[in-house]
Amino acid sequence: MSMFDGPKPLDTAKSDQANAKMESSGVPPGSSAAVPRPNRKFGRWSDCWREMPRQKQWLILIPIVIVAFLLPVVNPPFITTEPGNDWPLACQLMAIYALVAVGLNIVIGYAGLLDLGYIAFFAVGSYTAAMLTSPDSAFIKIPYLWTLPVAIAVSMFVGVLLGLPTLRLRGDYLAIVTLGFGEIVRILATIIPAMKGQPGFQNVGHPPGVGADGIPIFANSNGTPWYWLTLSILIIMLFLVGNMERSRVGRAWIAIREDEDAAETMGVPTFKYKVWAFALGAGVGGLAGALMGGQVGFVNNQKFDVVTSILFVAAVVLGGSGNKVGAILGGALVAYIPLRFTAIAEYKFLIFGLALVLIMIYRSQGLVPAKQRLLAYGTKAYAAVRRQNAENARRPGTPDGSSGSGTPPTTPVPNAEGSAS
Amino acid sequence: MIPTILMAAPVANDWITLDFVSLGQNFWSATFDGLTFGSIYALVALGYTLVYGVLNLINFAHSEVFIMGCYAVFFTLSFLGFGPSAPNLGIGQIVVNLLLALLAAIVASALTAFLLERLAYKPLRKRNAPRLVFLITAIGASFTIQYLIFLWRGPVPEQALTMFQTKPIFEVFGTIIYSDQILIVTAAVIMMVVTERFISKSRTGRGIRAVAQDPDTATLMGVNKEKIIITTFVIGGILAGAAALFYVMKIPSGVVYNGGFILGIKAFAAAVLGGIGNVRGALLGGLLLGLIGNYGQILLGNSQWTDVVAFLVLVLVLLFRPEGILGTSLGRSKA
Repeated sequence: MSMFDGPKPLDTAKSDQANAKMESSGVPPGSSAAVPRPNRKFGRWSDCWREMPRQKQWLILIPIVIVAFLLPVVNPPFITTEPGNDWPLACQLMAIYALVAVGLNIVIGYAGLLDLGYIAFFAVGSYTAAMLTSPDSAFIKIPYLWTLPVAIAVSMFVGVLLGLPTLRLRGDYLAIVTLGFGEIVRILATIIPAMKGQPGFQNVGHPPGVGADGIPIFANSNGTPWYWLTLSILIIMLFLVGNMERSRVGRAWIAIREDEDAAETMGVPTFKYKVWAFALGAGVGGLAGALMGGQVGFVNNQKFDVVTSILFVAAVVLGGSGNKVGAILGGALVAYIPLRFTAIAEYKFLIFGLALVLIMIYRSQGLVPAKQRLLAYGTKAYAAVRRQNAENARRPGTPDGSSGSGTPPTTPVPNAEGSAS
Repeated sequence: MIPTILMAAPVANDWITLDFVSLGQNFWSATFDGLTFGSIYALVALGYTLVYGVLNLINFAHSEVFIMGCYAVFFTLSFLGFGPSAPNLGIGQIVVNLLLALLAAIVASALTAFLLERLAYKPLRKRNAPRLVFLITAIGASFTIQYLIFLWRGPVPEQALTMFQTKPIFEVFGTIIYSDQILIVTAAVIMMVVTERFISKSRTGRGIRAVAQDPDTATLMGVNKEKIIITTFVIGGILAGAAALFYVMKIPSGVVYNGGFILGIKAFAAAVLGGIGNVRGALLGGLLLGLIGNYGQILLGNSQWTDVVAFLVLVLVLLFRPEGILGTSLGRSKA
């Protein structure tokens, strides 16, 4: 566990880090994240971003969050999906897809496991919410908001159950097993009477609260409060996932993604962390499913087909797997495009299927590529780099890269652990 | 408990039963039907196994290679004037028509496999892409083909075509064996034996095994890796085309855009069951999976259970014997 043994001073941490190739995100080996690459638009942005102090980042983030919250209310022209699709509901769907993509990104982007049946966990979450709140089910009833943690727990449990037999093997098997599982959940929902098949569950619960006109605030057709709820949960998830990513767990995931055998050799318990990634991903999927079930208010077996699973994968891959921002963008786009451009909505599966192939061939890192970078002490490291650069600029001619505080060296990259912004 | 279960007649709305009585009654017919389906699974499973052996890739789009074959069979037979009711033709004419349909299916499937390899996988191989990229491309390609068919033919299955009137041939254990069962099992086994011989004896087959064992060394020894890979895909396509003819013969209403999906998963499960990368394993796994699925369906009392049972088999095999029953890889299989 030498590589993951908690805090170390930067200079010794540096010498511990190996030079890993970032094959999966398409960054050629030897390119340093700390050295901005001027020809890459997104790369430049994310480098700027990382070199900013925390306060400045917040200063930029807060307006973005506010704009995101105001989105369904202002109904911006050109962007809006109206007429044709209700804009607040479209926002809600985008937020759900973004949440799903953030969850699936843990599995695909960080741990490098291809989960093709993510819809199954989504379904488990939806059914959990429905069966615990709908008057159609024979189970005990609990308030809707309590079903969210229950949905997370149940889908995590299912995730572990599915992960245990398959994650010991190579990742490919996981792909086909999850693909099959996605279909099996639908079949089980059809043939098990308690899950009610096609009639499904009507009147799934919603959060409490009644508006002035006597209509519940969280009515099915009222997208705005649902969007706010989902967005808040999404932001909380981003914090959790971001912390997870920077923790030992996140570094272990990335090590597994890059080279499982090497990670195992270096003392990373790969199986344990793969199960964790799979279970956490399943949990987020279940949460998104429960939110979707509550908002739509009706859950039956027709909604959870495997093709939607592939849309989720497309969302992660399109945005840039291994990158939270990319996942959100990808998820939102996959939900948004068919709603906005209704003329091509019919072709959405074809478009996103084709997009998967083309992205993989021509830009496998996605729209917002994940980059390798220092994860553990990211901000401090980049501050140190900046200081050093400034010093070097003052004293031209001084060789950089050998002074031991995270300076970008002229020799190949010191930072190997990470990716993702 | 058990005696009551054994005695209980299956109730119509029971979603799960343990109906041993009915399994005992239908055991032999389930066996013969299971073997028939099993041979179809085995033919498709070979495509997965060969590609997996050579490229270490689960070719998710192989189910679409198969379904293209089904469409080719459908169009050929429609063109030849077949309809929902069995045509009144002589045996010679039936054979000629079926051979034509087989040819069309093989051409369609092999062409799909060829294009798939050239357009989707080859660019990735050139850039030495990681495995995950291959897998995502495979699923994307599968999806693309599926929805191209969807846009072209719509969501409704094609009209069912009957190729010939199935005739009882003879009786074993009190169960009649029909002509189509004999035809499918015999033809499938012959095709698999030919494939097996081809891979173990021919020069190309030796190349396939060499590439499966060690692509770099094989290249150094003068094997044309690209040619071998494309040959492997085409062989898989040919076998999938043959499977498509038998599948349409057995399930005439199965020609639909996503019809290959579940069959693909089952065939993959069969390949894993027998030992992925193993040609004989695919046959064994296919037949076993056909039997297990059919027994499970009768035992549990709902035809939907076949898919669930196949999936459970896959998970159990991965849990207890991930290398499969026969276990050896394509590269190490003996000549």
